[in-house]
Amino acid sequence: MSLMQEMNERALELGVPLGVHLDVTYRCNERCVHCYLDHDDHGELTTVEIKDILQQLAEAGTFFLTLSGGEVLMRRDFFEILEHARDLKFNVRIKTNGVMIRKSEARRMRDLGVEQVQVSIYSRRPEIHDAITKLPGSLKRSIEAIRLLKSQGLKVAIANVLMTVNMGEHAGVQALAQELGVVYTLDPTITPKIDGDTSILNLRIPGSELKAVFHNKDLVGNVEEFCAPPPKPGEDVMEGYPCSAGHTAAYITPYGDVFPCVQFPLPSGNVRRQKFMYIWRNSPELNEVRSIRAKDLPVCSTCSHVGTCTRCPGLAYLEGSMRGPSTADCEKSFQRTGILSANMLRKAHAHSHGPLIQIQPFAA
Amino acid sequence: MSEKYIARSSQIAARMLGGEMMVMSSVDSTFFTLNEVATVIWQAADGHTPLAEIVARNVCDEFEVDIDIARRDAEQFVNELSHHGILLVSDCPFDISPGPVEAA
Ligand code: SF4
Ligand code: SF4
Repeated sequence: MSLMQEMNERALELGVPLGVHLDVTYRCNERCVHCYLDHDDHGELTTVEIKDILQQLAEAGTFFLTLSGGEVLMRRDFFEILEHARDLKFNVRIKTNGVMIRKSEARRMRDLGVEQVQVSIYSRRPEIHDAITKLPGSLKRSIEAIRLLKSQGLKVAIANVLMTVNMGEHAGVQALAQELGVVYTLDPTITPKIDGDTSILNLRIPGSELKAVFHNKDLVGNVEEFCAPPPKPGEDVMEGYPCSAGHTAAYITPYGDVFPCVQFPLPSGNVRRQKFMYIWRNSPELNEVRSIRAKDLPVCSTCSHVGTCTRCPGLAYLEGSMRGPSTADCEKSFQRTGILSANMLRKAHAHSHGPLIQIQPFAA
Repeated sequence: MSEKYIARSSQIAARMLGGEMMVMSSVDSTFFTLNEVATVIWQAADGHTPLAEIVARNVCDEFEVDIDIARRDAEQFVNELSHHGILLVSDCPFDISPGPVEAA
């Protein structure tokens, strides 16, 4: 077990929120077609409130802090927040589109000892990237930001969300990352909007493309291993919990709402009304999330993929039940291995019986 | 032997977890956990107190260990952390900048 895994285990045992993702704003200078946020300001946390939350998180034992948005630099006080976070000795990662990063911002992030800066790139072709962000010139500025950050010695990662509108562009973005000497990450996950609107889900890439991605050695490494059929799940799998959300990780919105994860918008409390640690320990919602084991999942516990599936309880929650399957992950498991999920089999079975209620048109 | 002064780098992240200090360098992402004794040395690393004094006062007195063993272990610990830029070492007292500064 690596030292990091050991720390995670210990945090889990002690009930410590080791990693917290804080969105400092939902405002943004881009209007990405797949974005799940409402960009208006509905009363963001003030600088003083954020500093107080950071203090509380430090006392709670949080070590990994992700500052994200919206676009973090839309807040004029962003560097004040960042400086406070670093004074409190958090390991800070920043997610940004990079458009507002110039030399002085890059230098300041370096001086402040930021661990990593993640910049979103959708294509290396401006006509595609800029059409997604709806901000002319954004690709050029984002790439320039990556260069500036790199030249300051910062660790940078390119995050490449893959969807129908940039399908086939990932090889170019991966090559760009290599040229720039930065880490490349690919994510085919499109999330419903935070208000539950699912219209953006039609941007999800089709199964055939997902399959091609999962069988591309440049992206996954050892294809045989990555796409291997799942081993029979043992008792440890059934007793396991799905992910860190609510166990060692939490998410805080720009309005102070606490969720188990950025992709799991289950309202669990608000730091404007209660102390973070009170919410973390006592929220019935977080305690419910923590109580769920794989054996408690009605469909997934019967699925051969249960031990290897990337099932996101947040996406399952957005589909109606945090104990249910996440169809996006069913699709991933299927395209990866060629083996149908329990959820797919269940649906196929239901359809094979025909509609439950049939209406015979009345023939006069 | 000349005196040694140690100070914590500003390019690190650190947090206590269950009685141990987690330390991570943002320069090379090396990750350490410090046990109780190492944590005491770490916390006393202010750039002004000689290492020998930290060992004698904070380690030997508190943990009742032999001074020679404590010194040897402390030297090793300081060498390793300074190698990763997590601790800064000097043979005269020094100040660490209170926070990162914005260069023009
Ligand atoms: S699986 Fe979903 S809920 Fe869990 S950490 Fe990942 S994104 Fe968050
Ligand atoms: S493939 Fe689908 S049904 Fe199977 S474990 Fe994953 S989410 Fe659940």
